[in-house]
Amino acid sequence: MTTNLAAQINGVLAALILLTAFGLLAQRRIYGMLHLFALQGLFLSVSTAIVGYTAGLHHLYVSAVLTLILKVFVLPYILYALVHKLHIRKEVEDLVNIPTTMLIGIALVIFSYHLTAPVRELSTLITKSTLAVALSTVMLGFLVMITRKKAVTQIIGFLALENGLFFAATSATYGMPLVVELGVALDILIAAFIFGLFFFQIRTTFDSLDLKEMEKLKEED
Amino acid sequence: MTTTLYSIIVEFVQIAVVLLAGPALAGWVRMLKCRMQGRTSAGVLQPYRDIMKLFVKDVVLAENASWIFRFTPYLVFGATVMAGAIIPVISTVLPSAPAADIIALVAIFAMARFFTALAGMDAGTAFGGMGSSREMTVATLAEPAMLMSVFTVSLVSGSTSLSQMAQVVTTNPLMLRPSLAFALLAFILIAVAETGRIPVDNPATHLELTMLHEAMTLEYSGRHLALIEWAKMIKLFLYAALGVALFFPWGIAGATPLWMLPAAVFYLAVKMAIVGAVIVLIETPLAKMRIFRVTEFLGMAFLFATIGMLSYFMLE
Amino acid sequence: MTMPSPMALAVYSVVILLIMAISALVFKSRQGFLVNAVFAFSSLACVMALTAGFQAVSNGAVETLILPIGLPDLPFYLRIDALSGFFIAIIGLLGLFVSIYSLGYVRGFVGQRSITSLAVFYPLFMAGMILVVISDDAYFFMIAWELMAVSSFFLVCFEDESGANRRAAFIYLLIAHIGAVMILLSFGLMAGFASGFENFKGYTFSAMRGAHISPGWASAAFLLAFFGFAAKAGVVPLHVWLPEAHPAAPSNVSALMSGVMLKTALYGIIRLTFDILTVSQWWWGGIVLVLGLISAVTGILYAIMQVDLKRALAYSSVENVGIILISIGLSMIFTAHKMHELASLALIAGLYHSLNHAMFKGLLFMGAGAILHATHERNMERMGGLIHKLPWTATLFLIGCLSISAMPPFNGFVSEWLTFQAFLLSPALPNPILKLLFPLGAALLALTAALSARCFVKVYSVTFLGRWRGEHPCAAREVNWPMKAGMCLCAASCLLLGVFPTAVIGWADMAPLILIGAKISVSAKTFGWLWLTPVSSVRASYSAPVIFIGITAVVAAAYAVFHSRRSSKTALTRAPVWGCGFEKLTNRMQYNSTSFAMPLRRIFGFLMMIKESVTPQDANAHGAFQRKFVYRLMINDRVWYLLYKPFSKAAFWCARKAGFMQHGRIQIYLLYSFITLIVLLVFA
Repeated sequence: MTTNLAAQINGVLAALILLTAFGLLAQRRIYGMLHLFALQGLFLSVSTAIVGYTAGLHHLYVSAVLTLILKVFVLPYILYALVHKLHIRKEVEDLVNIPTTMLIGIALVIFSYHLTAPVRELSTLITKSTLAVALSTVMLGFLVMITRKKAVTQIIGFLALENGLFFAATSATYGMPLVVELGVALDILIAAFIFGLFFFQIRTTFDSLDLKEMEKLKEED
Repeated sequence: MTTTLYSIIVEFVQIAVVLLAGPALAGWVRMLKCRMQGRTSAGVLQPYRDIMKLFVKDVVLAENASWIFRFTPYLVFGATVMAGAIIPVISTVLPSAPAADIIALVAIFAMARFFTALAGMDAGTAFGGMGSSREMTVATLAEPAMLMSVFTVSLVSGSTSLSQMAQVVTTNPLMLRPSLAFALLAFILIAVAETGRIPVDNPATHLELTMLHEAMTLEYSGRHLALIEWAKMIKLFLYAALGVALFFPWGIAGATPLWMLPAAVFYLAVKMAIVGAVIVLIETPLAKMRIFRVTEFLGMAFLFATIGMLSYFMLE
Repeated sequence: MTMPSPMALAVYSVVILLIMAISALVFKSRQGFLVNAVFAFSSLACVMALTAGFQAVSNGAVETLILPIGLPDLPFYLRIDALSGFFIAIIGLLGLFVSIYSLGYVRGFVGQRSITSLAVFYPLFMAGMILVVISDDAYFFMIAWELMAVSSFFLVCFEDESGANRRAAFIYLLIAHIGAVMILLSFGLMAGFASGFENFKGYTFSAMRGAHISPGWASAAFLLAFFGFAAKAGVVPLHVWLPEAHPAAPSNVSALMSGVMLKTALYGIIRLTFDILTVSQWWWGGIVLVLGLISAVTGILYAIMQVDLKRALAYSSVENVGIILISIGLSMIFTAHKMHELASLALIAGLYHSLNHAMFKGLLFMGAGAILHATHERNMERMGGLIHKLPWTATLFLIGCLSISAMPPFNGFVSEWLTFQAFLLSPALPNPILKLLFPLGAALLALTAALSARCFVKVYSVTFLGRWRGEHPCAAREVNWPMKAGMCLCAASCLLLGVFPTAVIGWADMAPLILIGAKISVSAKTFGWLWLTPVSSVRASYSAPVIFIGITAVVAAAYAVFHSRRSSKTALTRAPVWGCGFEKLTNRMQYNSTSFAMPLRRIFGFLMMIKESVTPQDANAHGAFQRKFVYRLMINDRVWYLLYKPFSKAAFWCARKAGFMQHGRIQIYLLYSFITLIVLLVFA
């Protein structure tokens, strides 16, 4: 596999990751969001493996496998089980309508392209052009968290954001040291469990997972 | 001199192909669909029979239909055939290809739609008006997505001239281009909306309320209806051919050698067979969507095209 | 005998117009004669102006003239170059058609009301517009500008018995003057930098051209002038006067106001930015582009929502001014990046669209005037089926609709196509962010084009197609021949300008050449006039003649094959329309303007203020058993409430507060003067 072809494949994967990030914004069904999230993890994992192969950095393989297990199987499964147990069937509710969210998303992508321009000029890595996509994924993950009402969709947004960070690390510096990555992976896993616990708590307290209920927690004046 | 003669022959061969292949593609799609749904089909040739039948039928005009109503079928047919003379269907050396680039081509289709919408309103019924209003709305929303898709493809080829775009793709070394893939996705969605296929419109429906294009042409009969139906089939064929020419032009005939022309016709037939199968695969499991969901459908097309454009600048 | 120079022709035409205005006062007792004389001589003046403009552009020579009138030491400077020539040609061309049309149209007023004010101010208005584009100093420019504004004000309130018309005229005058003040300030700034703020030497444009203005002050001058001109051009958010004033004016005046007067403001923008200031920063172009896009999209969306024919046309003028500004903005951005060929392509697109818009909007307003003349109706909800009563007007109006909806081979398409080409070439820009943003702008332009097609399908089909919706049977009759002639000429030029774009661009190319210093290569092929290839034939090409002939040929062939021969075999019968199984279809069951616009009202409703209510007429009966419902729909311009209401409220509040000084006793007023005098003496 030539470097050029690897760069092209990596570009395609980056585009697909961007697409799934937009997909998360546009998706109305919660199971659909989970599938998209798993797909994003898959693309991320393949991309990491390819970068590892071309750069000859074998610790990236570990990251790739870790991503594959955690983000394609374990986390979606946990969330799937949560959604199933909590009987969340309703369509995703959003605060801002979908076309507007999309336009904001496009604006964010252009903004992150602008932000990463200096890095692109300096970097010599084959992955330098994907940095803008990585940053956009982070921002789009944030946007998912901001525009959605339900707690489960928020955690998906959070995890997508983390995907973006991971991707950014790979594209900017060929990944973080393995120790850091392992730590982050563990954190994510634990975060998912804690979120799950929180959901049960929120629901038993408010009888709903709508985050609007949390507004009641503020001090009365 | 010979090249001029050759290109003129190519032009006429292409117009003949466009006129004849339109109903064939429609028949092929209907046949496959029947098979998929476990019905007996009437064969690939049924659309030809339908058109022939309509041509020998009497024309019944609405009471207060004006000349616009009677002129529209001819104009729609004329504009569609003109578009067929411009799109590089079998060859890139068409003498009339420079007459319109892709933007002008879209405008030619838009003109046909403009008159169809006027004809829908001419009879003075509620259904015709509803069809016109909805069809124009769908077209309105498709336009930005179409332009964005065109923009993305033209970034790659550095041109909006159709034969040039096809040539660039065939002559350049093969590259993985996410931008083109997204532009193709967007183009498919737009083509579905523009040609009135499921899930945007249902060409086979029998309920006036669910129709878009058919509601506009509800009052047509006889040779007028034959022309409209024929033009509609050609339009489906042309959108398929346009997609093929922009994204999969391999096998299209160039300036020389001469034997490429029959080969190009053969390749075209194969590609169209595949496109027909894809249409059936898309349409069979889907139902027509609510008219206001079309906004999101075409919004998605716009998004795909925009991501394509962004990924061209960011990744390529 | 040699041909008089463009300058002489232009000056003569202005002189004729001024003489007409004065003699209209003399002959005011003979109204019928007045109509013929004024409009015949206006036509003559327009022919002269057209010749002047045509020659000035094709010569490309600059001609100046100093008139020793005006204030002492401040003579009037006149100048004609390719740019002013182009706009004089537009004024002359549409002015000619409208003047011919007016011969028939204004006669309809004779006997109903005095047409003297129309006969006085119409030539003055034309003269004002010509003077605006040939003046070469700030002082004379402002005089011409005011002449144009004030005379058009009197034309807007020609039918002054209606309160709405008076209000429209007042708003128009107000906003025109706010704009004029801003233009004046901008001139002041530039003149100050040209010769110092102590003397008046810098008031000529040539002095301003030579001035060295620091970038900051240049930007200030640009912004002031741009918003000043934008108020006159009807750019969103300064457009609110336009949909009020244009429908209020008589239709021939609306045609001129929409078709030409808005263009003088665009002329001002081009003259100022490309010639006097020279574009130095790309963000100037960015502002112009963004406001152009906003105007284009909102203009056409509001146009779709209108039920008043002339209001819809007025809003569509906002859209078209937006499209022209898009081209100008693109051109400015390209100029600032030193990409001169692309800049001249974009500028040509803008200029061409100005010309085209003059033609088709003139045609449409004249058509609206013809409908008004025939049916005394402006509300589209009460029209329908007029194609049977007004066959000429219907066909000509259709050509206008096709042109404005950018349908090939008519003229609107050529200029929009050129604008799209300019957009599609934007990836050559060095600035990465602009590269990413421009395609989105192009998408908005595409949306505008599609929306305008939708708008004019609605306008045409609700007005001319279907069946009559009015309460009383339609008594419309086809209009008289001068009106038909005016519209025919306009329609013919729509077609010709669309089919032979290479000739037009070859002629108009001189304007960008003198402003930017580059021409666009129109064509490089054999049979060059046939193919429009703005950059290269590989990049993009368009051939209106081929498309026109091709479509005509196929239509003719299809007609010959399927119609004539078959007609002996297959009969053609008329039958009632399919009523879907219901008993009786009434005319009120047709789709009308409001229902046609409904899908877009739902999709883009968030951009406007919509109040919609359905109330059952019988409050006692159950909702399911109502005999009648009352449907109310109010669509208001959001800008009006966001931008203007607070200002007008503040103004009224201040006025009320100041009102306590008003007593009505003369002694107290004298006391005020006395106190002022004392204060001035103390502080002086």
